[in-house]
Amino acid sequence: MNRAFTLAGLIGAAIMLPALASAGLAGTNDGAAAVLQQSFTAKGQAGMDRLDQDDVQRLCSRAPDGPALSEKEYAEIMASEEASIRYPADGQYLGDWRAGEKIAQNGKGFQSSDDPTQSSGGNCYACHQLAKGEVAYGTIGPSLYLYGKLRGNDAETQRYTYAKIYNSNAFLPCSSMPRFGHKGILDEQQIKDVVALLLDPQSPVNAE
Amino acid sequence: MIARHRTRAIAGLAFAALTAASSIVLAQPEDDPVAEYRAMMGDDNPAEFWVMRGEALWSEPRGPASVSLEQCDLGMGPGVVKGAYAHLPRYFADAGQVMDLETRLLHCMVTLQGIPRKEALKQRFGDGARESDFEALAAFVAEESRGQVLDVPLDNPAMEKAYALGKEMFFYRAGTHDFSCATCHGQTGMRIRLQQLPNISEAEGARAAYSGWPAYRVSQGEVRTMQWRLQDCFRQQRLPQLDFGSQASIALTTYIAHNANGAVMDAPGMKR
Repeated sequence: MNRAFTLAGLIGAAIMLPALASAGLAGTNDGAAAVLQQSFTAKGQAGMDRLDQDDVQRLCSRAPDGPALSEKEYAEIMASEEASIRYPADGQYLGDWRAGEKIAQNGKGFQSSDDPTQSSGGNCYACHQLAKGEVAYGTIGPSLYLYGKLRGNDAETQRYTYAKIYNSNAFLPCSSMPRFGHKGILDEQQIKDVVALLLDPQSPVNAE
Repeated sequence: MIARHRTRAIAGLAFAALTAASSIVLAQPEDDPVAEYRAMMGDDNPAEFWVMRGEALWSEPRGPASVSLEQCDLGMGPGVVKGAYAHLPRYFADAGQVMDLETRLLHCMVTLQGIPRKEALKQRFGDGARESDFEALAAFVAEESRGQVLDVPLDNPAMEKAYALGKEMFFYRAGTHDFSCATCHGQTGMRIRLQQLPNISEAEGARAAYSGWPAYRVSQGEVRTMQWRLQDCFRQQRLPQLDFGSQASIALTTYIAHNANGAVMDAPGMKR
């Protein structure tokens, strides 16, 4: 039964993501996955399918004293996640930094207690320093204060910044940062607004 | 009862005032309004009201069987409360599983007092006017281990299994945001906004985090248990609701408690 289940899972993974299936999915969390299914109850918008892992989540769930990601797995995550990025069809990356600041402040969205009809935030300040005036910032991520001032605002930087927010794992496998675009947390316009918060010369992020 | 509510109201006002004051000096992110609140309160913790109610509940005949919890075995023998919390979670042969404090209390309510499990779980968390027996009983039992050294050994296969499972869950990433427990609690010295995050994967952080639970939550005016703490973390992880007393909840508590071994228990504590 178990072997059949594992085999089915492997075949499923092989169909969905050939690149990662070849990694053999070492260190799967089958034990935890089964217990989780018996230990949780769907609530609000948080259904039981939220407990299912995709291949990146599975590979990124190893304890630090377990096997590290192999170079191959690392490269495969970067490739599959880069392939997930959908760039704006209009070629524009810069939205409205004022809207971006609201998104950066907003920590709501996708919790079982949240109203699913309300648009969700990015909660950037939970982990990053951004505008100098907001001193209640977290430190899990690097400071982004003066991000645009330090990097410039050319097309290449705009495109990179959009992509990084869309899917952080395309650049850093197993990053702590959510894959905002890939997972549908933020839509295209919202990501553009956050890009503007980071890069627009008028944004408080770039004011000394 | 009046005294309790008055204390809670004053506590709430004091906290609001401190929060407002601290927002003026936020330039120093290390500021800890709850620490200031604690200092102001001296040895007074509103959790004392929960401890008193829990002590009364413990010896009161209740449920269809009309018996008290005085024959409840928290691991040190029937009726022994002193020091029991410093050795939980542990394996209970009579239940054939590892149990944490709240799960064991539930077990005693069901098996000794004859209260249907579903009925007992209705008030697992207090909500304003509706008080929780679990929160009161847990506060009482924890108080009876204050000052004791936490000792949760992996001394049998069930405990080893619970710990391994808890560890696996701690690093399990899932949901819309890819969060695991470790995203916030796997590194030392990090903050979410201004909230300092304990690194629960190592001893120092686990001790600091675990030794004060159950705790009076200043922001909620309620005593909360570790079961409450865990389910609220999973809500923030964007996952479904963690069931009270579930295998996953007990495994995670075992993981945290064993990591925290050697901590001097100081619960009920006071937290943000």
